[in-house]
Amino acid sequence: MRYLCLIYDNEQAWEKLPKEESDAVFGEYFSFTEGIKQSGKHLGGEALQPTQTATTVRVRNGKVTTTDGPFAETKEQLGGYYLIDASDLNDAIQVAAKIPSARYGSVEIRPIMEFTSM
Amino acid sequence: MRERIDQVYRADSRRVLATLIRLLGDFDLAEEAMQDAFVAAVDRWPVEGVPANPRTWLVSAGRFKAIDRLRRRAKFDASLAPVLRRVDVAVEQPDVDDDQVEDDRLRLIFTCCHPALGMDAQVALTLREVCGLTTEEIAHAYLTPAPTLAQRIVRAKAKIRDARIPYQVPTRGALPSRLSAVLHVVYLVFNEGYSASSGRSLVRHDLSSEAITLGRLLVELLPEPEAYGLLALMLLHDARRAARVGPDGELILLDDQDRSQWNREQIIEGCTLVEKALTTGPVGPYGLQAAIAAVHSEAATPGETDWEQIVGLYDLLMRAEPTPVVELNRAVAVAMRDGPAEGLALIDAIVRRGQLGDYHHVHSARADLLRRLGRTSEAINAYERALDLNTQEPERRFLSRRIAGLRRVDDSGRTSAP
Repeated sequence: MRYLCLIYDNEQAWEKLPKEESDAVFGEYFSFTEGIKQSGKHLGGEALQPTQTATTVRVRNGKVTTTDGPFAETKEQLGGYYLIDASDLNDAIQVAAKIPSARYGSVEIRPIMEFTSM
Repeated sequence: MRERIDQVYRADSRRVLATLIRLLGDFDLAEEAMQDAFVAAVDRWPVEGVPANPRTWLVSAGRFKAIDRLRRRAKFDASLAPVLRRVDVAVEQPDVDDDQVEDDRLRLIFTCCHPALGMDAQVALTLREVCGLTTEEIAHAYLTPAPTLAQRIVRAKAKIRDARIPYQVPTRGALPSRLSAVLHVVYLVFNEGYSASSGRSLVRHDLSSEAITLGRLLVELLPEPEAYGLLALMLLHDARRAARVGPDGELILLDDQDRSQWNREQIIEGCTLVEKALTTGPVGPYGLQAAIAAVHSEAATPGETDWEQIVGLYDLLMRAEPTPVVELNRAVAVAMRDGPAEGLALIDAIVRRGQLGDYHHVHSARADLLRRLGRTSEAINAYERALDLNTQEPERRFLSRRIAGLRRVDDSGRTSAP
Protein backbone atom coordinates (compact mmCIF):
# COMPACT_ATOMS: atom_id res chain seq x y z
CA MET A 1 0.00 0.00 0.00
CA ARG A 2 1.24 3.49 -0.83
CA TYR A 3 1.61 6.23 1.74
CA LEU A 4 2.77 9.81 1.38
CA CYS A 5 4.99 11.02 4.21
CA LEU A 6 4.72 14.81 4.43
CA ILE A 7 7.63 16.41 6.24
CA TYR A 8 6.93 19.48 8.35
CA ASP A 9 9.75 21.55 9.79
CA ASN A 10 10.21 24.94 11.39
CA GLU A 11 11.83 26.87 8.53
CA GLN A 12 13.10 29.70 10.70
CA ALA A 13 14.87 27.36 13.09
CA TRP A 14 16.29 25.57 10.07
CA GLU A 15 17.68 28.84 8.61
CA LYS A 16 19.31 29.75 11.92
CA LEU A 17 21.14 26.43 12.13
CA PRO A 18 24.96 26.74 11.86
CA LYS A 19 26.32 25.32 8.60
CA GLU A 20 28.02 22.27 10.12
CA GLU A 21 24.76 21.27 11.83
CA SER A 22 22.63 21.64 8.71
CA ASP A 23 25.30 19.71 6.79
CA ALA A 24 24.97 16.95 9.34
CA VAL A 25 21.18 16.80 8.84
CA PHE A 26 21.64 16.76 5.05
CA GLY A 27 24.00 13.85 5.56
CA GLU A 28 21.35 12.02 7.58
CA TYR A 29 18.78 12.63 4.84
CA PHE A 30 21.22 11.32 2.25
CA SER A 31 21.78 8.06 4.10
CA PHE A 32 18.07 7.69 4.97
CA THR A 33 17.20 8.04 1.28
CA GLU A 34 19.90 5.54 0.28
CA GLY A 35 18.62 3.07 2.88
CA ILE A 36 14.96 3.30 1.91
CA LYS A 37 15.84 2.97 -1.77
CA GLN A 38 17.67 -0.25 -1.03
CA SER A 39 14.76 -1.58 1.04
CA GLY A 40 12.51 -1.27 -2.02
CA LYS A 41 9.99 0.90 -0.17
CA HIS A 42 10.99 4.13 -1.90
CA LEU A 43 8.65 5.26 -4.66
CA GLY A 44 9.61 8.92 -4.79
CA GLY A 45 10.46 11.97 -2.78
CA GLU A 46 11.63 15.55 -3.05
CA ALA A 47 12.70 18.45 -0.87
CA LEU A 48 10.88 21.74 -1.41
CA GLN A 49 12.21 25.28 -1.57
CA PRO A 50 11.19 27.42 1.44
CA THR A 51 7.68 28.88 1.79
CA GLN A 52 8.90 32.38 0.85
CA THR A 53 8.99 31.03 -2.72
CA ALA A 54 5.39 29.75 -2.45
CA THR A 55 2.37 31.12 -4.28
CA THR A 56 -1.22 30.19 -3.51
CA VAL A 57 -3.78 30.18 -6.30
CA ARG A 58 -7.59 30.24 -5.98
CA VAL A 59 -10.28 30.43 -8.64
CA ARG A 60 -13.56 31.94 -7.47
CA ASN A 61 -16.41 32.68 -9.89
CA GLY A 62 -14.01 32.03 -12.75
CA LYS A 63 -11.56 34.66 -11.49
CA VAL A 64 -7.98 33.63 -10.67
CA THR A 65 -6.40 35.21 -7.61
CA THR A 66 -2.84 34.57 -6.53
CA THR A 67 -1.42 35.38 -3.12
CA ASP A 68 2.08 35.28 -1.74
CA GLY A 69 3.05 32.45 0.56
CA PRO A 70 1.44 29.22 1.73
CA PHE A 71 -2.25 28.74 2.47
CA ALA A 72 -1.97 28.66 6.25
CA GLU A 73 0.30 30.43 8.73
CA THR A 74 1.66 27.65 10.91
CA LYS A 75 4.68 27.10 13.08
CA GLU A 76 5.86 24.21 10.91
CA GLN A 77 5.94 24.27 7.14
CA LEU A 78 5.81 21.58 4.51
CA GLY A 79 9.41 21.06 3.48
CA GLY A 80 9.40 17.85 1.48
CA TYR A 81 7.89 14.42 1.08
CA TYR A 82 8.56 10.76 0.48
CA LEU A 83 6.17 8.46 -1.34
CA ILE A 84 6.64 4.99 0.14
CA ASP A 85 5.34 1.48 -0.32
CA ALA A 86 4.55 -0.11 3.06
CA SER A 87 2.66 -3.25 4.02
CA ASP A 88 0.43 -1.44 6.53
CA LEU A 89 0.26 1.59 8.81
CA ASN A 90 2.62 0.08 11.40
CA ASP A 91 5.19 -0.46 8.67
CA ALA A 92 4.70 3.11 7.41
CA ILE A 93 5.08 4.48 10.96
CA GLN A 94 8.41 2.65 11.27
CA VAL A 95 9.67 4.21 8.05
CA ALA A 96 8.39 7.70 8.94
CA ALA A 97 10.03 7.55 12.36
CA LYS A 98 13.41 7.22 10.65
CA ILE A 99 12.99 10.40 8.57
CA PRO A 100 15.46 12.83 10.22
CA SER A 101 12.90 15.66 10.53
CA ALA A 102 10.68 13.45 12.72
CA ARG A 103 13.10 14.34 15.51
CA TYR A 104 12.79 18.13 15.04
CA GLY A 105 9.50 18.69 13.29
CA SER A 106 6.84 16.15 12.36
CA VAL A 107 5.90 13.73 9.63
CA GLU A 108 2.28 13.29 8.55
CA ILE A 109 1.45 9.92 7.01
CA ARG A 110 -1.37 9.89 4.47
CA PRO A 111 -2.55 6.75 2.71
CA ILE A 112 -2.86 7.25 -1.04
CA MET A 113 -6.38 6.91 -2.34
CA GLU A 114 -6.39 4.08 -4.87
CA PHE A 115 -8.99 4.28 -7.62
CA THR A 116 -9.66 0.80 -8.94
CA SER A 117 -10.62 0.80 -12.60
CA MET A 118 -13.51 -1.50 -13.40
CA MET B 1 -32.04 -24.02 24.42
CA ARG B 2 -32.59 -20.29 24.08
CA GLU B 3 -30.90 -19.86 27.45
CA ARG B 4 -27.95 -21.99 26.37
CA ILE B 5 -27.49 -19.86 23.24
CA ASP B 6 -27.73 -16.64 25.28
CA GLN B 7 -25.08 -18.06 27.56
CA VAL B 8 -22.79 -18.86 24.62
CA TYR B 9 -23.43 -15.37 23.27
CA ARG B 10 -22.37 -13.75 26.53
CA ALA B 11 -19.32 -15.94 26.95
CA ASP B 12 -18.09 -16.24 23.39
CA SER B 13 -19.55 -13.60 21.07
CA ARG B 14 -16.50 -11.33 21.46
CA ARG B 15 -14.12 -14.20 20.74
CA VAL B 16 -16.08 -15.21 17.68
CA LEU B 17 -16.12 -11.59 16.51
CA ALA B 18 -12.36 -11.15 17.02
CA THR B 19 -11.62 -14.25 14.92
CA LEU B 20 -14.09 -13.27 12.20
CA ILE B 21 -12.47 -9.82 11.93
CA ARG B 22 -9.14 -11.53 11.23
CA LEU B 23 -10.61 -13.97 8.72
CA LEU B 24 -12.79 -11.44 6.92
CA GLY B 25 -10.54 -8.41 7.29
CA ASP B 26 -13.41 -6.06 7.97
CA PHE B 27 -15.13 -4.99 11.21
CA ASP B 28 -18.62 -4.45 9.80
CA LEU B 29 -18.64 -7.60 7.72
CA ALA B 30 -17.49 -9.57 10.77
CA GLU B 31 -20.18 -8.02 12.95
CA GLU B 32 -22.90 -9.02 10.45
CA ALA B 33 -21.41 -12.49 10.05
CA MET B 34 -21.41 -13.01 13.81
CA GLN B 35 -25.06 -11.98 14.11
CA ASP B 36 -25.92 -14.31 11.19
CA ALA B 37 -24.07 -17.15 12.87
CA PHE B 38 -26.09 -16.77 16.07
CA VAL B 39 -29.32 -16.62 14.05
CA ALA B 40 -28.26 -19.91 12.41
CA ALA B 41 -27.58 -21.36 15.88
CA VAL B 42 -31.10 -20.47 17.02
CA ASP B 43 -32.39 -22.32 13.93
CA ARG B 44 -30.26 -25.39 14.05
CA TRP B 45 -29.10 -26.16 17.56
CA PRO B 46 -32.60 -27.06 18.82
CA VAL B 47 -32.76 -29.64 16.01
CA GLU B 48 -29.16 -30.83 15.75
CA GLY B 49 -28.12 -30.30 19.36
CA VAL B 50 -25.42 -27.98 20.67
CA PRO B 51 -22.15 -28.65 18.80
CA ALA B 52 -19.19 -30.02 20.73
CA ASN B 53 -17.28 -26.79 20.23
CA PRO B 54 -19.86 -24.00 19.85
CA ARG B 55 -17.18 -21.37 19.24
CA THR B 56 -15.62 -23.00 16.17
CA TRP B 57 -19.10 -23.87 14.89
CA LEU B 58 -20.06 -20.18 15.10
CA VAL B 59 -16.83 -19.00 13.44
CA SER B 60 -17.33 -21.47 10.63
CA ALA B 61 -21.02 -20.57 10.20
CA GLY B 62 -20.09 -16.88 10.24
CA ARG B 63 -17.53 -17.38 7.46
CA PHE B 64 -20.00 -19.10 5.19
CA LYS B 65 -22.72 -16.54 5.92
CA ALA B 66 -20.28 -13.75 5.09
CA ILE B 67 -19.32 -15.31 1.79
CA ASP B 68 -22.99 -15.78 0.86
CA ARG B 69 -23.67 -12.16 1.59
CA LEU B 70 -20.64 -11.04 -0.40
CA ARG B 71 -21.49 -13.22 -3.41
CA ARG B 72 -24.97 -11.78 -3.51
CA ARG B 73 -23.65 -8.23 -3.27
CA ALA B 74 -20.82 -8.79 -5.76
CA LYS B 75 -23.40 -9.50 -8.46
CA PHE B 76 -24.38 -5.85 -8.26
CA ASP B 77 -21.13 -4.29 -7.14
CA ALA B 78 -17.96 -5.26 -9.01
CA SER B 79 -15.72 -3.41 -6.57
CA LEU B 80 -16.39 -6.19 -4.04
CA ALA B 81 -14.48 -8.71 -6.16
CA PRO B 82 -11.13 -8.29 -4.31
CA VAL B 83 -12.87 -8.63 -0.93
CA LEU B 84 -14.62 -11.76 -2.15
CA ARG B 85 -11.29 -13.29 -3.26
CA ARG B 86 -9.76 -12.57 0.13
CA VAL B 87 -12.70 -14.08 1.98
CA ASP B 88 -12.68 -17.13 -0.30
CA VAL B 89 -9.12 -17.79 0.76
CA ALA B 90 -10.09 -17.31 4.40
CA VAL B 91 -12.88 -19.86 4.13
CA GLU B 92 -10.51 -22.47 2.75
CA GLN B 93 -8.26 -22.15 5.78
CA PRO B 94 -8.42 -24.96 8.33
CA ASP B 95 -10.59 -24.56 11.36
CA VAL B 96 -9.32 -22.22 14.02
CA ASP B 97 -7.79 -23.64 17.17
CA ASP B 98 -8.22 -22.15 20.61
CA ASP B 99 -4.73 -20.59 20.79
CA GLN B 100 -5.44 -18.62 17.66
CA VAL B 101 -8.76 -17.49 19.08
CA GLU B 102 -7.03 -16.08 22.16
CA ASP B 103 -4.51 -14.31 19.89
CA ASP B 104 -7.39 -12.82 17.96
CA ARG B 105 -8.75 -11.23 21.12
CA LEU B 106 -5.36 -9.60 21.69
CA ARG B 107 -5.24 -8.48 18.07
CA LEU B 108 -8.64 -6.88 18.52
CA ILE B 109 -7.53 -5.05 21.68
CA PHE B 110 -4.34 -3.73 20.10
CA THR B 111 -6.21 -2.62 16.99
CA CYS B 112 -8.91 -0.79 18.96
CA CYS B 113 -6.22 0.90 21.10
CA HIS B 114 -3.96 1.81 18.19
CA PRO B 115 -2.28 5.17 18.89
CA ALA B 116 -3.08 6.34 15.34
CA LEU B 117 -6.72 6.57 16.50
CA GLY B 118 -7.85 9.48 18.65
CA MET B 119 -8.10 8.77 22.38
CA ASP B 120 -11.92 9.16 22.41
CA ALA B 121 -12.17 6.78 19.47
CA GLN B 122 -9.91 4.22 21.17
CA VAL B 123 -12.11 4.24 24.27
CA ALA B 124 -15.37 4.02 22.30
CA LEU B 125 -14.11 1.29 19.98
CA THR B 126 -12.72 -0.79 22.84
CA LEU B 127 -16.00 -0.64 24.77
CA ARG B 128 -17.97 -1.45 21.62
CA GLU B 129 -15.87 -4.21 20.07
CA VAL B 130 -13.97 -5.77 22.97
CA CYS B 131 -16.54 -5.37 25.77
CA GLY B 132 -19.59 -5.67 23.51
CA LEU B 133 -21.40 -2.63 24.91
CA THR B 134 -23.98 -1.11 22.58
CA THR B 135 -23.42 2.34 21.13
CA GLU B 136 -26.33 3.61 23.23
CA GLU B 137 -24.80 2.23 26.43
CA ILE B 138 -21.46 3.90 25.73
CA ALA B 139 -23.12 7.20 24.79
CA HIS B 140 -25.11 7.10 28.02
CA ALA B 141 -22.06 6.40 30.15
CA TYR B 142 -20.10 9.26 28.59
CA LEU B 143 -23.07 11.65 28.51
CA THR B 144 -22.53 11.99 24.76
CA PRO B 145 -25.36 12.01 22.19
CA ALA B 146 -25.64 8.53 20.63
CA PRO B 147 -25.25 9.80 17.03
CA THR B 148 -21.97 11.53 17.98
CA LEU B 149 -20.67 8.34 19.49
CA ALA B 150 -21.85 6.22 16.56
CA GLN B 151 -20.09 8.65 14.21
CA ARG B 152 -16.89 8.35 16.25
CA ILE B 153 -16.95 4.56 15.93
CA VAL B 154 -17.74 4.67 12.19
CA ARG B 155 -14.81 7.05 11.60
CA ALA B 156 -12.43 4.90 13.62
CA LYS B 157 -13.39 1.79 11.66
CA ALA B 158 -12.96 3.70 8.41
CA LYS B 159 -9.48 4.78 9.45
CA ILE B 160 -8.55 1.21 10.38
CA ARG B 161 -9.63 0.11 6.92
CA ASP B 162 -8.39 3.05 4.80
CA ALA B 163 -5.05 3.71 6.49
CA ARG B 164 -4.64 -0.06 6.89
CA ILE B 165 -4.05 -0.34 10.61
CA PRO B 166 -2.96 -3.99 10.80
CA TYR B 167 -4.84 -6.59 12.83
CA GLN B 168 -1.89 -7.85 14.79
CA VAL B 169 -0.19 -8.05 18.15
CA PRO B 170 2.80 -5.67 18.09
CA THR B 171 6.29 -7.06 17.65
CA ARG B 172 8.36 -7.55 20.79
CA GLY B 173 10.22 -4.27 20.24
CA ALA B 174 7.04 -2.22 19.98
CA LEU B 175 5.15 -4.14 22.68
CA PRO B 176 6.03 -2.05 25.78
CA SER B 177 4.84 1.25 24.30
CA ARG B 178 1.79 -0.32 22.65
CA LEU B 179 0.83 -2.17 25.83
CA SER B 180 1.08 1.03 27.82
CA ALA B 181 -1.31 2.65 25.30
CA VAL B 182 -3.79 -0.20 25.90
CA LEU B 183 -3.44 0.07 29.67
CA HIS B 184 -3.97 3.82 29.41
CA VAL B 185 -7.31 3.28 27.64
CA VAL B 186 -8.41 0.79 30.31
CA TYR B 187 -7.37 3.18 33.09
CA LEU B 188 -9.26 6.07 31.43
CA VAL B 189 -12.42 3.95 31.35
CA PHE B 190 -11.92 3.03 35.00
CA ASN B 191 -11.38 6.62 36.12
CA GLU B 192 -14.40 7.84 34.23
CA GLY B 193 -16.44 5.42 36.31
CA TYR B 194 -14.57 6.07 39.53
CA SER B 195 -14.17 9.84 39.71
CA ALA B 196 -17.84 10.72 39.40
CA SER B 197 -19.25 10.21 42.86
CA SER B 198 -22.81 11.51 42.71
CA GLY B 199 -25.92 11.54 40.56
CA ARG B 200 -24.70 9.54 37.63
CA SER B 201 -22.75 7.15 39.83
CA LEU B 202 -24.86 4.11 39.01
CA VAL B 203 -24.22 4.24 35.27
CA ARG B 204 -20.60 5.06 35.76
CA HIS B 205 -20.10 2.19 38.14
CA ASP B 206 -20.63 0.03 35.07
CA LEU B 207 -17.64 1.68 33.42
CA SER B 208 -15.40 0.78 36.37
CA SER B 209 -16.50 -2.82 36.25
CA GLU B 210 -16.02 -2.95 32.47
CA ALA B 211 -12.49 -1.63 33.01
CA ILE B 212 -11.83 -4.30 35.64
CA THR B 213 -13.14 -6.97 33.26
CA LEU B 214 -10.80 -5.64 30.57
CA GLY B 215 -7.95 -5.65 33.08
CA ARG B 216 -8.65 -9.31 33.88
CA LEU B 217 -8.71 -10.17 30.19
CA LEU B 218 -5.33 -8.49 29.64
CA VAL B 219 -3.76 -10.29 32.58
CA GLU B 220 -5.05 -13.57 31.17
CA LEU B 221 -3.84 -12.89 27.63
CA LEU B 222 -0.66 -10.97 28.32
CA PRO B 223 0.68 -11.58 31.83
CA GLU B 224 3.06 -8.61 31.87
CA PRO B 225 3.99 -6.87 35.16
CA GLU B 226 2.18 -3.65 34.27
CA ALA B 227 -1.01 -5.52 33.31
CA TYR B 228 -0.97 -7.11 36.80
CA GLY B 229 -0.20 -3.69 38.26
CA LEU B 230 -3.13 -1.96 36.58
CA LEU B 231 -5.63 -4.67 37.53
CA ALA B 232 -4.37 -4.54 41.13
CA LEU B 233 -4.63 -0.75 41.19
CA MET B 234 -8.21 -0.81 39.90
CA LEU B 235 -9.30 -3.54 42.34
CA LEU B 236 -7.73 -1.79 45.34
CA HIS B 237 -9.31 1.56 44.52
CA ASP B 238 -12.64 -0.01 43.67
CA ALA B 239 -12.59 -1.87 47.01
CA ARG B 240 -13.03 1.48 48.78
CA ARG B 241 -16.02 2.51 46.69
CA ALA B 242 -18.69 2.04 49.38
CA ALA B 243 -16.69 3.96 51.98
CA ARG B 244 -15.73 6.81 49.68
CA VAL B 245 -19.08 8.53 49.37
CA GLY B 246 -21.29 9.67 52.26
CA PRO B 247 -25.08 9.30 52.41
CA ASP B 248 -25.55 12.71 50.73
CA GLY B 249 -23.02 12.01 47.98
CA GLU B 250 -20.27 13.73 49.97
CA LEU B 251 -16.70 12.78 49.25
CA ILE B 252 -15.04 11.06 52.22
CA LEU B 253 -11.24 11.25 52.37
CA LEU B 254 -9.16 8.14 52.96
CA ASP B 255 -8.45 9.15 56.59
CA ASP B 256 -12.14 9.48 57.44
CA GLN B 257 -13.45 6.38 55.67
CA ASP B 258 -15.13 3.58 57.58
CA ARG B 259 -12.60 0.89 56.76
CA SER B 260 -14.99 -1.91 57.73
CA GLN B 261 -16.88 -1.03 54.53
CA TRP B 262 -13.88 -1.79 52.36
CA ASN B 263 -14.26 -4.88 50.20
CA ARG B 264 -11.80 -7.28 51.86
CA GLU B 265 -12.03 -9.93 49.17
CA GLN B 266 -11.08 -7.44 46.49
CA ILE B 267 -8.23 -6.10 48.65
CA ILE B 268 -6.81 -9.59 49.11
CA GLU B 269 -6.98 -10.21 45.38
CA GLY B 270 -5.41 -6.81 44.70
CA CYS B 271 -2.55 -7.45 47.12
CA THR B 272 -1.82 -10.85 45.53
CA LEU B 273 -1.68 -9.17 42.12
CA VAL B 274 0.64 -6.45 43.45
CA GLU B 275 3.05 -9.19 44.48
CA LYS B 276 2.89 -10.64 40.98
CA ALA B 277 3.49 -7.19 39.49
CA LEU B 278 6.53 -6.73 41.72
CA THR B 279 7.99 -10.17 41.05
CA THR B 280 7.31 -10.97 37.36
CA GLY B 281 9.59 -8.31 35.89
CA PRO B 282 10.65 -4.68 36.04
CA VAL B 283 7.94 -2.84 37.95
CA GLY B 284 6.32 0.19 36.30
CA PRO B 285 4.11 3.11 37.33
CA TYR B 286 0.89 1.05 37.63
CA GLY B 287 2.55 -1.62 39.76
CA LEU B 288 4.04 1.01 42.07
CA GLN B 289 0.78 2.93 42.43
CA ALA B 290 -0.95 -0.37 43.18
CA ALA B 291 1.71 -1.16 45.80
CA ILE B 292 1.03 2.20 47.46
CA ALA B 293 -2.72 1.48 47.44
CA ALA B 294 -1.97 -1.96 48.94
CA VAL B 295 -0.01 -0.44 51.84
CA HIS B 296 -2.98 1.83 52.61
CA SER B 297 -5.33 -1.16 52.44
CA GLU B 298 -3.28 -3.11 54.95
CA ALA B 299 -3.66 -0.46 57.69
CA ALA B 300 -6.64 -1.16 59.96
CA THR B 301 -6.70 2.53 61.01
CA PRO B 302 -5.16 5.62 59.36
CA GLY B 303 -2.72 5.87 62.28
CA GLU B 304 -1.28 2.44 61.47
CA THR B 305 -0.34 3.39 57.90
CA ASP B 306 3.25 2.50 57.07
CA TRP B 307 4.30 5.92 55.74
CA GLU B 308 7.97 4.88 55.65
CA GLN B 309 7.14 2.25 53.05
CA ILE B 310 4.83 4.58 51.13
CA VAL B 311 7.54 7.26 50.84
CA GLY B 312 9.94 4.55 49.63
CA LEU B 313 7.46 3.49 46.94
CA TYR B 314 6.98 7.13 45.88
CA ASP B 315 10.78 7.41 45.56
CA LEU B 316 10.67 4.51 43.08
CA LEU B 317 7.66 6.01 41.31
CA MET B 318 9.55 9.30 40.94
CA ARG B 319 12.22 7.37 39.08
CA ALA B 320 9.72 5.57 36.83
CA GLU B 321 7.49 8.58 36.21
CA PRO B 322 9.11 11.85 37.30
CA THR B 323 6.09 14.18 37.09
CA PRO B 324 5.15 17.11 39.36
CA VAL B 325 1.94 15.28 40.38
CA VAL B 326 3.91 12.29 41.66
CA GLU B 327 6.24 14.71 43.43
CA LEU B 328 3.24 16.33 45.10
CA ASN B 329 1.89 13.00 46.31
CA ARG B 330 5.32 12.08 47.62
CA ALA B 331 5.45 15.42 49.52
CA VAL B 332 2.13 14.59 51.19
CA ALA B 333 3.50 11.17 52.23
CA VAL B 334 6.66 12.83 53.58
CA ALA B 335 4.45 15.17 55.63
CA MET B 336 2.78 12.11 57.16
CA ARG B 337 6.11 10.49 57.95
CA ASP B 338 8.21 13.48 59.07
CA GLY B 339 5.66 16.18 59.90
CA PRO B 340 3.71 18.92 58.09
CA ALA B 341 6.61 21.41 57.92
CA GLU B 342 8.79 18.99 55.91
CA GLY B 343 5.96 18.24 53.48
CA LEU B 344 5.10 21.92 53.08
CA ALA B 345 8.72 22.77 52.16
CA LEU B 346 8.61 20.17 49.35
CA ILE B 347 5.27 21.43 47.99
CA ASP B 348 6.45 25.05 48.09
CA ALA B 349 9.52 24.01 46.11
CA ILE B 350 7.29 22.59 43.34
CA VAL B 351 5.19 25.77 43.23
CA ARG B 352 8.33 27.98 43.23
CA ARG B 353 9.47 26.19 40.06
CA GLY B 354 6.26 27.50 38.47
CA GLN B 355 4.63 24.05 38.24
CA LEU B 356 1.11 22.95 39.21
CA GLY B 357 0.15 26.51 40.28
CA ASP B 358 -3.35 26.01 38.86
CA TYR B 359 -3.80 22.46 40.13
CA HIS B 360 -6.39 22.47 42.92
CA HIS B 361 -4.82 19.50 44.72
CA VAL B 362 -1.65 21.54 45.34
CA HIS B 363 -3.63 24.18 47.17
CA SER B 364 -5.78 21.77 49.16
CA ALA B 365 -2.65 19.81 50.16
CA ARG B 366 -0.88 23.04 51.21
CA ALA B 367 -4.00 24.15 53.06
CA ASP B 368 -4.16 20.90 54.98
CA LEU B 369 -0.52 21.15 56.07
CA LEU B 370 -0.89 24.84 57.03
CA ARG B 371 -3.97 23.92 59.06
CA ARG B 372 -2.03 21.23 60.91
CA LEU B 373 0.76 23.74 61.58
CA GLY B 374 -1.80 26.10 63.11
CA ARG B 375 -1.21 28.74 60.42
CA THR B 376 -4.97 29.24 60.15
CA SER B 377 -5.35 32.34 57.99
CA GLU B 378 -2.81 31.04 55.45
CA ALA B 379 -4.70 27.75 55.45
CA ILE B 380 -7.98 29.53 54.72
CA ASN B 381 -6.36 31.38 51.79
CA ALA B 382 -5.04 28.15 50.34
CA TYR B 383 -8.43 26.38 50.71
CA GLU B 384 -10.09 29.31 48.96
CA ARG B 385 -7.62 29.07 46.10
CA ALA B 386 -8.35 25.32 45.86
CA LEU B 387 -12.09 26.06 45.86
CA ASP B 388 -11.67 28.54 43.00
CA LEU B 389 -9.90 25.95 40.88
CA ASN B 390 -12.03 22.88 41.67
CA THR B 391 -15.08 22.09 39.56
CA GLN B 392 -16.19 18.82 41.15
CA GLU B 393 -19.27 19.51 43.27
CA PRO B 394 -18.71 17.03 46.13
CA GLU B 395 -15.09 18.16 46.50
CA ARG B 396 -16.14 21.81 46.48
CA ARG B 397 -18.59 21.15 49.31
CA PHE B 398 -15.81 19.45 51.26
CA LEU B 399 -13.50 22.46 50.82
CA SER B 400 -16.26 24.88 51.85
CA ARG B 401 -16.85 22.89 55.05
CA ARG B 402 -13.14 23.03 55.82
CA ILE B 403 -13.04 26.82 55.31
CA ALA B 404 -16.07 27.34 57.55
CA GLY B 405 -14.51 25.19 60.25
CA LEU B 406 -11.23 27.12 60.12
CA ARG B 407 -13.01 30.49 60.25
CA ARG B 408 -14.51 29.46 63.57
CA VAL B 409 -11.08 28.47 64.89
CA ASP B 410 -9.61 31.71 63.58
CA ASP B 411 -12.26 33.83 65.33
CA SER B 412 -11.90 32.09 68.67
CA GLY B 413 -8.11 32.32 68.27
CA ARG B 414 -8.40 36.07 68.05
CA THR B 415 -10.53 36.46 71.17
CA SER B 416 -8.56 34.09 73.40
CA ALA B 417 -4.79 33.71 73.41
CA PRO B 418 -3.52 30.34 71.99
